[in-house]
Amino acid sequence: MSKKSYRQAINEALAQEMRRDPTVIVMGEDNVGGMGAPGEDDAWGGVLGVTKGLMPEFGRARVLDTPITESAFIGAAAGAAATGLRPVAELMFVDFMGVCFDQIYNQAGKFRYMFGGQGTTPLVIRTMYGAGFRAASQHSQCLYPVFTHIPGLKVVIPSSPYEAKGLMIQSIRDDDPVIFFEHKVMYDDEEEVPDEPYTIPFGEANLTREGGDVTVVAIGRMVQFANQVADKLEKDGIGCTVIDPRTTSPLDTDSILESVAETGRLVVVDEASPRCNMATDISALVSQEAFSALKAPIRMVTPPHTPVPFAPELEDLYIPGPDQIEAAVRAVAGYRA
Amino acid sequence: MLQLNRDTLVEAFTLMKTIRDFEDRVHTEFATGAIPGFVHLYAGEEASAVGVCLNLNDSDYIASTHRGHGHCIAKGCDVDGMMKEIYGRRDGLCGGKGGSMHIADLAKGMMGANGIVGGGPPLVCGAALSAKTLGTGGVAVAFVGDGGSNQGTTLESYNLAKVWNLPVIFVVEDNGYAETTASAWAVGGSQTKRAEAFGMPGREVDGHDFFDVYEAAQEAVERARAGDGPSLLHVRLGRHYGHFEGDAMAYRAEGEVEALRRDKDCLKAFRTRVTETGLLEPEQLDQIEREVGARIDAAVAGAIGAAAPAAEDLLTDVYASY
Repeated sequence: MSKKSYRQAINEALAQEMRRDPTVIVMGEDNVGGMGAPGEDDAWGGVLGVTKGLMPEFGRARVLDTPITESAFIGAAAGAAATGLRPVAELMFVDFMGVCFDQIYNQAGKFRYMFGGQGTTPLVIRTMYGAGFRAASQHSQCLYPVFTHIPGLKVVIPSSPYEAKGLMIQSIRDDDPVIFFEHKVMYDDEEEVPDEPYTIPFGEANLTREGGDVTVVAIGRMVQFANQVADKLEKDGIGCTVIDPRTTSPLDTDSILESVAETGRLVVVDEASPRCNMATDISALVSQEAFSALKAPIRMVTPPHTPVPFAPELEDLYIPGPDQIEAAVRAVAGYRA
Repeated sequence: MLQLNRDTLVEAFTLMKTIRDFEDRVHTEFATGAIPGFVHLYAGEEASAVGVCLNLNDSDYIASTHRGHGHCIAKGCDVDGMMKEIYGRRDGLCGGKGGSMHIADLAKGMMGANGIVGGGPPLVCGAALSAKTLGTGGVAVAFVGDGGSNQGTTLESYNLAKVWNLPVIFVVEDNGYAETTASAWAVGGSQTKRAEAFGMPGREVDGHDFFDVYEAAQEAVERARAGDGPSLLHVRLGRHYGHFEGDAMAYRAEGEVEALRRDKDCLKAFRTRVTETGLLEPEQLDQIEREVGARIDAAVAGAIGAAAPAAEDLLTDVYASY
């Protein structure tokens, strides 16, 4: 056990699985870096260094740089997964799904059903998401609701380094296509992460705080903010249960419903755009399945329905933060019909 | 003339005739309303699928198109299972969940017909990468139409296959029409020059001539197996039916299809060639035709009598585990 960053945790998961299973390969744009160029090998290890060091250990046959050609290489990863490999392909920013989405949702995600249960597609697509990097509208989105919508895909959104390692190893060992969302502002976050390989099962939420007054379901980076708010409000006598679903497909609906049955109050915190996101999905679930338990209207904390802005002042306004979460929790905790 | 043994010639004729009868029969059955959805028939193009696939084995992969029945049969898919699938039956090749546009048999190396034009080439790059990485010696073939040849996925795959030096053969089946739109209008430049531009060999092939296809495919497959990378075949052929069943083909010239059937029929050309050279006897071919006809009759009867999927099948096979 030692302190590791989110970046190191993912890198370690990849390396350990590549050592364990020779069919695991890694591919993406600049995942090694400097392919065909005159300078040093392993120049980048991915745009933010997550795959650094893999090529020197595993060689170019298993760590492949690609041209900037997402349709071809994401599709190739799907085809390779259907024919005997376990590819981990990097879609650098999830915003780039627009140039390769067919290969993900019409091909990889549907093979098993369309083919009547034939074969498996053990594909992992790693992708960066989220605002806060001053990366503007085309490099900052949280598009996991779009993937969650597609039957056949699994969607994994680790909220910390510990979660990232265990969920990545599970993703690689899983026999279905997995979209693995890495928040770009979390790569340097550190916490204690076991050195040995371990898995975290899909569809089992993590209760990061437990309290009896309000249930806060938070996704990805928002879990950190929800935890901060829970710790602060506990001193004020408001107890929050914070639920990190870990995966939005499958979604641990039982944990959410059980907690709401106890607290009667729900806040959902989602960095994704507000229409048809996880906040609306989870709110609808609770409205339908736990209506009689509710003591207050459900509150959703999300960004506004706008593209992600560039100017730091605007982007900071855009991203849901602890202040909005706290206001929402206080509002539902103090609600009187 | 290309030297092929009698067994291979018999197999070629049997497969081409099976495709023809299968498609002609689906055409008439579809008109009765018995087949759900829409189907795209391959009749007229048989020499391409068979000429290519007879150079492959079960560890080689192909990806097909929406017009996929011929590729399935040529790659060894079970005809009864295919017909049941087209009828949406529970013991169809895909459990009735895929239908005409998604027939697949991974054990035979058939990665699926594909409802998305240009959907197959990237997948085939992946199958070729698997073959290369796992050292199976396999190759992978992407069939695309002239319409699919213009998709970005196809052109990106040319590039990736070249850059990664993959054992891929791109077979552009140019039947002259992308739905209703003439390839003469819709395709900029030339297919073989496109190949050349990506640094791979491209060859024009007469898709009505089994022997021309077979020979060109053999060269491309050998090249791929030897580790020399991808190549492209531009196969010119014609389709006997419309884009899909129910297409009145108002965009085609008067007499065009009749001329195609009369003058460019790959089965007739094959028969002439093998009987005139004494490789096979006319009676032998007649016998194959009778057997194929009976086989298709049986496939249709089997499909009509087969059970539909059960209600519980709706929810299965979405994931390996969930």
